[in-house]
Amino acid sequence: MIKHETIEKNIGLMILLIIIVISGGGLAEIVPLFFQSSTTKPIEGMRTYTALEFEGRDIFIREGCNVCHSQMIRPFRAETERYGHFSTANEHVWEHPFLWGSKRTGPDLARVGGRYSDDWHRAHLYNPRDVVPESKMPSYPWLFENKLTGKDTAAKLEVQRTLGVPFTDEQVAGAQEAVQGKYEIDAVVAYLQALGKTHNNYDKVR
Amino acid sequence: MSAFWSAWVIVITAAVIGGCTWLLLATRKSETYKEATDETLGHEFDGIAEYDNPLPRWWFQMFLATVIFGVAYLALYPGLGNFQGLLGWSSTGQWEEEMAHAEEQYKPVFAKYAAMSVEDLQQPGNEAGLKMGQRMFANNCSLCHGSTATGAYGFPNLTDDDWLYGGDAATIKATITNGRNGGMPPWGAVLGEEGVRDVASYVLSLSGQQVDSESAAKGKTQFQALCTACHGADGTGMHALGAPNLTDNVWLYGGSFEKVAHTIRNGRNGVMPAHKSLLNEDKIHLITAYVYSLSNK
Repeated sequence: MIKHETIEKNIGLMILLIIIVISGGGLAEIVPLFFQSSTTKPIEGMRTYTALEFEGRDIFIREGCNVCHSQMIRPFRAETERYGHFSTANEHVWEHPFLWGSKRTGPDLARVGGRYSDDWHRAHLYNPRDVVPESKMPSYPWLFENKLTGKDTAAKLEVQRTLGVPFTDEQVAGAQEAVQGKYEIDAVVAYLQALGKTHNNYDKVR
Repeated sequence: MSAFWSAWVIVITAAVIGGCTWLLLATRKSETYKEATDETLGHEFDGIAEYDNPLPRWWFQMFLATVIFGVAYLALYPGLGNFQGLLGWSSTGQWEEEMAHAEEQYKPVFAKYAAMSVEDLQQPGNEAGLKMGQRMFANNCSLCHGSTATGAYGFPNLTDDDWLYGGDAATIKATITNGRNGGMPPWGAVLGEEGVRDVASYVLSLSGQQVDSESAAKGKTQFQALCTACHGADGTGMHALGAPNLTDNVWLYGGSFEKVAHTIRNGRNGVMPAHKSLLNEDKIHLITAYVYSLSNK
């Protein structure tokens, strides 16, 4: 019979046993998800982001929007009443990385597309208090000054392709042209307006 | 989940739980003493020695309790592969139950108000319905129109009885349901900078403001040629097109000379998003009633 003392005094053995115990959880809870159609097959009719929306997504990440805004509507009435149909795994198979978030200082954005006008988003990102006096969201005025060069856009789409996102050859070839000279705000607004709008399976289910 | 992965999950979960239990019992059995003694482990540092005692019984039992909890949980709730648990619980099932419960609870309330016209809802005794409308307004509309519905730059004030598309109940409801796309074209290229400033002078004169009368006179000619199709010959606007009344000194995009000139030069495209896919008819009805109440006290 193995002695407690034996494990306690052999750090190598202890590490090995800890790894075995922890991997038990990972093997049972994580590994099967890589092989389920519900987590690996995109929802019907989903389109990829356009090059501009994709650049907007990168700016969204750069500015840390996902630190305060989740993109994950949980299956509770309080959330589905406010944000729309709850999120499902097959909506996110092309998200690299996921932007589910883990905390909400601001509202969830998973289905914010089409909720507000482009003008509202622009006014709101320039200075949130211009439209929502109670807001404590920071202002992002530099988005209105910085222009996109599109230098790396095609390469970014290529990388996403290696991860399984079906960007077409035309999208990659036209990527730079599609974003060049646009302001960062144009990209961010395009991205926000696309959130929840890349497929329409849940439009009538509320 | 395929049978293979189901079995995979079950086997690993059972192995981990079994392994933990075995480890717990095996190390327990290997202990030299079953009860507390004065024996030490034989090592000492700075006069401090360690007793060689087993875990307190309550502590050991707590470990066992976690194992029992785990087994019971896996029996009741989904966790073991395709086994759905004895309770048949699922997160979507719970959500559906919640929705059905709410439907049962609120349906009669919504039905009661849906049967009443927006105008009737303004009568005393229906404060609760308007209050519901107000809460839904706060959730869905206040981000643009403000929590007091007084609007913001570019987003109309709903309390002043000055309407772009009309303030009767049916129009308000149509606006919420289908949204609006305002479209004022840019006139900078057509008018030239001087023309823009002339028209701006004339537009401001319509609401009785002090302007350069010579410039305004020139602007009037341009206005009548280009602007009256939407804003009307007298500048009082047109609800069908959402063209604002220019004579009432209520300005959506600012009423200073520079702001008005900017609007003429670059045009405006105010958008109200459609809410038919975001809210159901009964909810839109109550929000309409609340919005209507703001300017029909």
